Amino acid sequence: MKGGGLRVYAVVYLLFLYAPILLLPVFAFNSGTIIAFPLKEFTTEWFAQMWGNASLRRALANSLTIAVSASILATCLGIFAARASTRFEFPGKGPVMGLIMLPLVLPEIIVSISLLVVLLSLGVTLSVLTVIVGHTLICMPYATVILSTAFNSLDRSLEEAAYDLGETRWSAFRLVILPLVMPGIISSLLMSFTISLDEFIIAFFLAGNEPTLPTYIFSQLRFPKQIPMIMALGTVLVVLSILLLTIAEYFRRRGIAKTGAKDTGGFL
Amino acid sequence: MAAGNRSQAAQGLTLIAPPLAYAVLILAAPLLTILAYSFFKDGYLTVIREFTLENYRAVWSDPIFHKIMLRSLGVAALVTLVTVVLAFPVAYFLSFAVDPRRKSMWLFLITIPFWTSYLIRVFLWKVILGYNGVINSGLKSLGIIEQPLTFILYNVNSMVITLAHAYAPFAILPIFIALEKIDRSLLEAGRDLGESRAMTFWRVTLPLAMPGVVAAALIVFIPTIGDYVTPALIGGGKIPMIANMIQSQMLDQDNRPMGSALAVTAMLIVAVLSLIFVAMNRRFLKVRQ
Amino acid sequence: MTTNNPGPKSTAAHRAAMAGAKPMIEIRAVQKYYGDYHALRGIDLTIRAGEFFSLLGPSGCGKTTLLRTIAGFEDISSGAVLIDGQDMQQVPANRRPTNMVFQSYAIFPHLTVAENVGFGLRRDPRSRAEKAAAVEEALEMVGLKGYGSRASHALSGGQRQRVALARALILKPKVLLLDEPLSALDRKMREQMQVELIKLQRQVGITFVLVTHDQEEALVMSDRIAVMFEGQIAQMDGPEALYARPTSRRVANFIGVMNFLPARVLGETGEAVQIEAPGLGRVDIPMANVSRADPGDEGPSVGFRPEAVSLVAPGAQGANRVAEGVVDEVVYYGDMTYYDVRLDGSAGFDGQARPVRIAMRNVFGREVQDVGTRANVSWSPGSLVLFR
Repeated sequence: MKGGGLRVYAVVYLLFLYAPILLLPVFAFNSGTIIAFPLKEFTTEWFAQMWGNASLRRALANSLTIAVSASILATCLGIFAARASTRFEFPGKGPVMGLIMLPLVLPEIIVSISLLVVLLSLGVTLSVLTVIVGHTLICMPYATVILSTAFNSLDRSLEEAAYDLGETRWSAFRLVILPLVMPGIISSLLMSFTISLDEFIIAFFLAGNEPTLPTYIFSQLRFPKQIPMIMALGTVLVVLSILLLTIAEYFRRRGIAKTGAKDTGGFL
Repeated sequence: MAAGNRSQAAQGLTLIAPPLAYAVLILAAPLLTILAYSFFKDGYLTVIREFTLENYRAVWSDPIFHKIMLRSLGVAALVTLVTVVLAFPVAYFLSFAVDPRRKSMWLFLITIPFWTSYLIRVFLWKVILGYNGVINSGLKSLGIIEQPLTFILYNVNSMVITLAHAYAPFAILPIFIALEKIDRSLLEAGRDLGESRAMTFWRVTLPLAMPGVVAAALIVFIPTIGDYVTPALIGGGKIPMIANMIQSQMLDQDNRPMGSALAVTAMLIVAVLSLIFVAMNRRFLKVRQ
Repeated sequence: MTTNNPGPKSTAAHRAAMAGAKPMIEIRAVQKYYGDYHALRGIDLTIRAGEFFSLLGPSGCGKTTLLRTIAGFEDISSGAVLIDGQDMQQVPANRRPTNMVFQSYAIFPHLTVAENVGFGLRRDPRSRAEKAAAVEEALEMVGLKGYGSRASHALSGGQRQRVALARALILKPKVLLLDEPLSALDRKMREQMQVELIKLQRQVGITFVLVTHDQEEALVMSDRIAVMFEGQIAQMDGPEALYARPTSRRVANFIGVMNFLPARVLGETGEAVQIEAPGLGRVDIPMANVSRADPGDEGPSVGFRPEAVSLVAPGAQGANRVAEGVVDEVVYYGDMTYYDVRLDGSAGFDGQARPVRIAMRNVFGREVQDVGTRANVSWSPGSLVLFR
């Protein structure tokens, strides 16, 4: 078999990557209150506790509101950016796209602190809304990248063909482009949703008194008594994330298969 | 579509306008505000709009800043080194040994942990590495050790492990992409011209993969240096990095000009170091494939 | 649709029928700039109804740009494009009576074959059943009867092209535009499709405008060909005329192979030009065969096609003139053999040897000549073209 030693190394590496995630359910179902070996008995108590927690439910509601709004906004903005960058040449394209992509490399602390300073000096009250604004900004580059791939794999003459066959520019977009990039749009929505749901720094600084799931988790990590429940919550979140990502990947691949393009790899 | 060049540009600009406006308002304007603040005076509860370089002078002469900045740079450099060195063989394996049909499957597997709750992953490393953590309690219950290992505990080592884990996929992907671009016949040519497998790797594969390695290094280094969560959780707040210091200046001490100057200075240092790093590797980056 | 059912291509009767047809596309003094780049430099041409017209040239010569200005995908910097007598200036691509077969075919990958073919019928007021019948009819016309429900991304190259044709023709355009439609096919398939396209064009009687860089394709399929270089039409003619009497060395070189020998002009009457060429001696070239030289040419030259001359046995009698020489190179192609022959005295005015290429069809019983043997080359003054 090719790459024998390397294969072993790669598998060990994967184990290293998955180690924390694999430990999550182990402690989530362990009745011991201290996160340590040896394990005690199997229990679902922590999940029940989680279910009954009112502030957790509030954090969940906030997080869902933020993630849904931010993913829709970021995807809409991403459609504009991806379409503009893949289809048109315009002056200042490089710097403009650079600015839109900047949050990918800029540490989130800089993004959130600078935004926070401006919001505070404008007298804006921090709320779920301000987190949506921040999350839309950091999800936009991811959405743009995913959608650019989707738009790029389209043969430009498809659009011209529709136009040539009597459609208007808008109906050509609706009948040909939109169905073909739809998998990309769904993939972008799911990806943005996942990013927003997990995002901590921006939510931490911009949410004011409103909890989101990550800030709630962060606040509870100080209390050892709460840790098992957080493990249970983490398990749920990880399962949810993997589910969403798998669906996103499915749609991304289907999009590629649909346009007959070659699969060039995963996310990013 | 019956469109010339001028309207091409016009259509492009119309389309890009909404995302551009958003990025300008929410990103560029706040960054410029920070930049402006860094030249203003602090007046306890307000900011006095009067030009001064005092903040920068204070930042540069502050021994705490020196210490924290150096620690951040050290941690980030170490994390970058560890991440890239550990990631390279995986990227190489993915590109050269994995069946092309299963490549995206492997990539998917590698990226999944990256997308799952950063906070919980970081916290779990604390659980794994802690005084009564998984490693220590596991080793103790197996009777291998009697006293908990302390060198992995709440210190720079544990921060490096945690961050290296968090940014692993970031390092694998650019290297993988660079390796994928290498024309396989070049390697055969290397062998054909009499080089061993190892020397072919050293003289052909590695130089051609360098753009990916440089990209991977930057992509890990820059966000690592600005990481907030890991020092707060793993370091127990006792070994802050630059992000924690900025936050503390800005919010806890409410000295915005000082905090801004700190942020700008840190960004400048990172930018300069990144440029030097790219310049050092420019002979590899000129290769057009 | 009135079909003036023309006979075989390139016959006198066919040409006469074509010449009488009304103009379908008129392109007048069209200029096109992309920024500073001058893509079309004053194009004037008229394409008649029912004609199979080709735009031929190397890549970057402006042929595709010209096709796209007819389709309406590119606007023109100045000049006018008329289709069926109507100025197209204000008519966008989706309202023009033209349809296009794209180089990539642009088959919508998310639609079935039938949905692709019926794509342009969305605004058609006919009933669903009538439209389905029209789609089936169009598919039958291109030889894809029964393929309607297939997924389009599973089609072969040749099938995709047929779908593209059916999709364009179902709208009964006045003009069908074809942008290098055969370039993606392998040689066998391409030759088959060339014949099918000619038949199809005769059947529907629609004006076809084909863009191609393949001279053979243009010669096989077209009623007339416009050869383009650098945004200009270098020559516009029927295939035979284009091949036999290229009006410039550049066109001659682009279409097939031509031998060139330097020439010296000795005199001129009303009907012919008398020249002297090394290896050929003094020749009178009829005025119809006198073309102009290109700016880059070094003085006048005389040219002839490899198959316009032949090797003959020594002492053979005939109306043609005979030149003697030595076989320099032999290239055997199965059906043909190419001989490079150095004519006696061909070193000519400057002492430079210029072997001429001669194409001979191989016939059973005739031996292939060896390198170094003496050869007699038979030629007639009528097959020479003078560039001066």
